[in-house]
Amino acid sequence: MKKNIPLLIVLVAGLLVIFSEFIPHRPFSMITETLENWFMIISGFAMLLGQISLIQVNSAKVRNKDENWVYYLIGLISFAVMLITGLLWGMDKTAGILGHGEGIKTWLGLKPFDYLFENVYQHLSATMFSLLAFFIASAAYRAFIIRSFESNLLMITAVIVILGRSSFGAMLTGWLPDSLSWLHLPKLTDFIMEFPNSAAQRAIMISAGLGVIGSSLRIILGIERSYLGSDE
Amino acid sequence: MKLTPLVERRIIYIVLFVAVMLPLIFPIGWRTEVSTHARMAYDLIDKTHAGKVVIISFDYDPSTMTELHPMALSMIEHAWSKGQKIIVTALWPQGPQLADEAFEQIKKTKFPNKVYGEDYVNLGYKVGGMVSIQAMGRSMQEVFPEDSSGLKYEDIPMLKNITTLKDVAYVSSLSAGDPGMKNWIMGAHDMFGVAVTGGTTAISAPGFIPYINSQNQLVGLLGGLKAASEYESLMGVVGPASVKMDAQSVAHLLILVFIAIGNIKVLVAKRKKSQQEQEVTNG
Repeated sequence: MKKNIPLLIVLVAGLLVIFSEFIPHRPFSMITETLENWFMIISGFAMLLGQISLIQVNSAKVRNKDENWVYYLIGLISFAVMLITGLLWGMDKTAGILGHGEGIKTWLGLKPFDYLFENVYQHLSATMFSLLAFFIASAAYRAFIIRSFESNLLMITAVIVILGRSSFGAMLTGWLPDSLSWLHLPKLTDFIMEFPNSAAQRAIMISAGLGVIGSSLRIILGIERSYLGSDE
Repeated sequence: MKLTPLVERRIIYIVLFVAVMLPLIFPIGWRTEVSTHARMAYDLIDKTHAGKVVIISFDYDPSTMTELHPMALSMIEHAWSKGQKIIVTALWPQGPQLADEAFEQIKKTKFPNKVYGEDYVNLGYKVGGMVSIQAMGRSMQEVFPEDSSGLKYEDIPMLKNITTLKDVAYVSSLSAGDPGMKNWIMGAHDMFGVAVTGGTTAISAPGFIPYINSQNQLVGLLGGLKAASEYESLMGVVGPASVKMDAQSVAHLLILVFIAIGNIKVLVAKRKKSQQEQEVTNG
């Protein structure tokens, strides 16, 4: 019972959505509309679930004094600070429990939540992403080595695209006459991106699409049951 | 002197740091050549008539701000200069706040007379990605009963004639991943025939190029900081992307230098090894 009812719900919901694509009329259109509204509501609860999970996982690590437990504690404190400031004074145009906090807004220039978002969170987040540049530079130094025909091809393509995607690349071959304009680095880059790259991307997209159809059918027909829990 | 991999890595990091910092402090002013895809996106906005309502979707968070925020600023400025009215939506939770920042900045510097509710509105974040876009195709008001400040949909003047997604002239998605531009293509264009354009990070751009096709699934694409600076140069402004593009170009060059050094190092090592082997065989 515990297993069969969810399987039946998935089968019916899945088939209804598929039918509605082919028969976009009542009652299928109405049922799909309702299912879509349910999906949006359930997705909202998923965010709440994520926050609960974040608190549970991090507090367990702090309680057990796991390795680097201080970082998990900082994570929890940051979460609490953002939550409390958001709840008390709201964000942007929305009011919190204590209203808009005009006094504190005059002092900080922004509401506390917005102040932290703009001056702390944004910069930390952008910094984390920017660190990728250092790893890419280091990886390029170690990985782009000429060893075989394939690695040669990869390196030549990479060099053209890297140069073509910089302002310097356009300057480097900007002097070429019209008859040789196809050798202009930005043009070569566009060619690589539009033809060989698109062909490969399309192949990946078609394969992924077929994979999605396959796994969706497996879920609808009850063959794939991992979503029911680890015991299934 | 033989350097350990750790020391090599640290040298690379320091050199890259300096190489990126210097052009930001002392701009070089290299010009960027405009690509076809950037021009297509520009033309779509440029040719849309004044008074039309459009959507700019902020589907990113602060981590990708460096690449996507300059695109947002340019597109808002361009759409407003053409007299278009902008609806802001977001498929990412932090999107609405970033949108507020962008609009405030453009309003302060270039369009102080634009009025909230008449020239632009922030409808906020909506969960569900593709499903919420599908629902917008049925009724915008059902998906966004009120804007991000709690103002009712029916009380917002510029939304009077906007009942479904089909009533907007185009959608521009500034997308850092999923949900994002792909959902707008599949939902807004493929289901409801609305033109879709937008921008994405340089790393995601190759995956979107197949959508720029004869079916016009995607009308142009801004891929990364370079495309953002191309858009700025089409508008004739020197914005944040143009300033940062010098640093990115220098970083690209430096990476090429690192690749060359890496190859030379391997080549020298190989030659030494073969010489040693030859010496051993010769006795």
